[in-house]
Amino acid sequence: MRTAAHNRNAVNAAREITLAQLDGSQRQGRWKGPAFEAVLLTAIFVAILTLLAVILWALTAGWERLDLNLLRNMPSGMASRLGESGMQSAIIGTFYVMVGLIVTVVPLGVSAAIYLEEFADHDTWYVRIIEINLRNLAAVPSIVFGILGLAFFYRGGLSLGSVVYTGSLTLTMLVLPTVIVTAREAIRAVPPSIRHASMGMGATKWRTIWHQVLPSSIPGIVTGTILALSRAIGEAAPLIMIGAATFVGWNPDGPFEGSFTVLPVQIFFWSAQANTDFHILAAAGVIVLLGMLLMMNSFAIWLRNRFTREW
Amino acid sequence: MSTTLSDVQDGETPPINLGPSSSRLGEKAIVGWLLLCASLSVLITVGIVAALLGDTIRFFQRVPLSEFFRVGQWAPWQGDFPVFNLVMGTLNITMYALIIAIPGGLGAAIWLSEYASNRTRKIVKPVIEVLEGVPTVAYGLFALLFIAPMLKSVWPTWLPGKLGQEPELQFAGAAALVMGVMLIPTIASISEDAMRAVPSGLRQAAYGLGSTKMQVALKVVVPAALSGIVAAFVLGISRGIGETMLVLMAAGATPNASLWPNDSVLTMTAFIARTAGGDISHGSTEYYTIFAVGSVLFVMTLGMNMIADFFVRRFRETYE
Repeated sequence: MRTAAHNRNAVNAAREITLAQLDGSQRQGRWKGPAFEAVLLTAIFVAILTLLAVILWALTAGWERLDLNLLRNMPSGMASRLGESGMQSAIIGTFYVMVGLIVTVVPLGVSAAIYLEEFADHDTWYVRIIEINLRNLAAVPSIVFGILGLAFFYRGGLSLGSVVYTGSLTLTMLVLPTVIVTAREAIRAVPPSIRHASMGMGATKWRTIWHQVLPSSIPGIVTGTILALSRAIGEAAPLIMIGAATFVGWNPDGPFEGSFTVLPVQIFFWSAQANTDFHILAAAGVIVLLGMLLMMNSFAIWLRNRFTREW
Repeated sequence: MSTTLSDVQDGETPPINLGPSSSRLGEKAIVGWLLLCASLSVLITVGIVAALLGDTIRFFQRVPLSEFFRVGQWAPWQGDFPVFNLVMGTLNITMYALIIAIPGGLGAAIWLSEYASNRTRKIVKPVIEVLEGVPTVAYGLFALLFIAPMLKSVWPTWLPGKLGQEPELQFAGAAALVMGVMLIPTIASISEDAMRAVPSGLRQAAYGLGSTKMQVALKVVVPAALSGIVAAFVLGISRGIGETMLVLMAAGATPNASLWPNDSVLTMTAFIARTAGGDISHGSTEYYTIFAVGSVLFVMTLGMNMIADFFVRRFRETYE
């Protein structure tokens, strides 16, 4: 039945094209092709130009606060001190959350990827459930992960309260599928001959993985992890859910104590203030955030080009 | 002590063991740990369902189902909990966003897959991927402080009726416009993958019959890749429904049941973030609304995802 529908498509298209040829409308419609391509190009340009517009607008709107004080000083709620208000606590908070995220998500994600690529029997029911589940998790809205964090890490279960590591754990849940998928690709790219050679020399399966497969796939894993981090670093919604606070005038004390905030949440809170001086700060914050992302992405691309091996 | 040939010749039974020399308990433990990590992803889903379900049940112990699903004004502060207005707010913004995102994403995908040369694609494809990774809070700020005031100042107030009213500072149209552009890369990259998977034999056959590039793209490639394209649309819709920061910042905070672009609306996601970010006491009915609304959101996006999955499986054209 599917082939029938498919053939029908082909036949319809062929008929239409032939008829068009015969009555000469093809020739008259020569402007159609370029016009169509122009429409298609517009779509791409709209998307790209919008990002450029965001950057340009944020640069102009935040220009007067793009200075070292922005990075050095603490945020202040007092309107009189807005001129020297900064976002040090948000930057340090982001850094802490990211470190907590890395130490949690990399071991978990890489282990899961190793299992799925090297050990899993893809005909068993539980492996199939894991596969379907990974696909579905990628489409769950980030705020739902925030609800998960609120219910189990902030309150209930772990009851950590609103601390840095609660944020790290919540974001771990969010980016774990991405890390697993990219780590699997990196592991799959290592050719089987490497494994066969190692096992032929008498190495056990785990030794083969540990000494041969993992070292060869590290560039791919690191690249994938950075891309996952660059998604996490811009997330505000899940962290609002677990109580990342506004106007934190100090850096977090440690992973498990003291309130914290991160850059995107800080930007959001600034944008919600009525005093427009805060909006200048928010625009400057967007530039800092995009700058951080640009650095991370360039590093990932450099890494991929520098260390990826052709087998 | 190893078994040698002379031992065998001496007439003793040789103790040859062809199995592994140790039981490799360590290795089994490692595999166990790896499986545990792999199962963690399932545990996340179970956790999400458990988190939503538990407190949603607690919500419905206080507020009857008929109240939650009735049509009416969402006003939890005075004990009115019909989710209708929040769903309408979400639909409002997603609908207008898709009017931009679907043609835009499809057009970008057709151009990338059918028109762009290999060299151009190598440059444009990573740019599209970068666009997908831009934090939504950046788009949100842009929509709130630049697009909304601009749209407001040029709003066609000469239009008759409701549409002619000048919007407030934050309104659905500003969020929808930016969200539409934001969703273009998502839809484009998934549809492009589907179009690239169409074998070139189909294209060449169409060219052989004398068709133009545009005819090949629209009459051969798009129908052949339709399952993937529909899946991309559905995923785009579910992204739109789940988007939080942009609508939280730019769409306003009034729970209007309105499909007008110049009204301020409150979406499900924005309500959840606003309530959790505000001062609410744990255990109050308002606290449990987060979970009840979250359940509706989760079921909607999960449903969308399942539809996308179904389309990909059911209508996929398979080529050798």
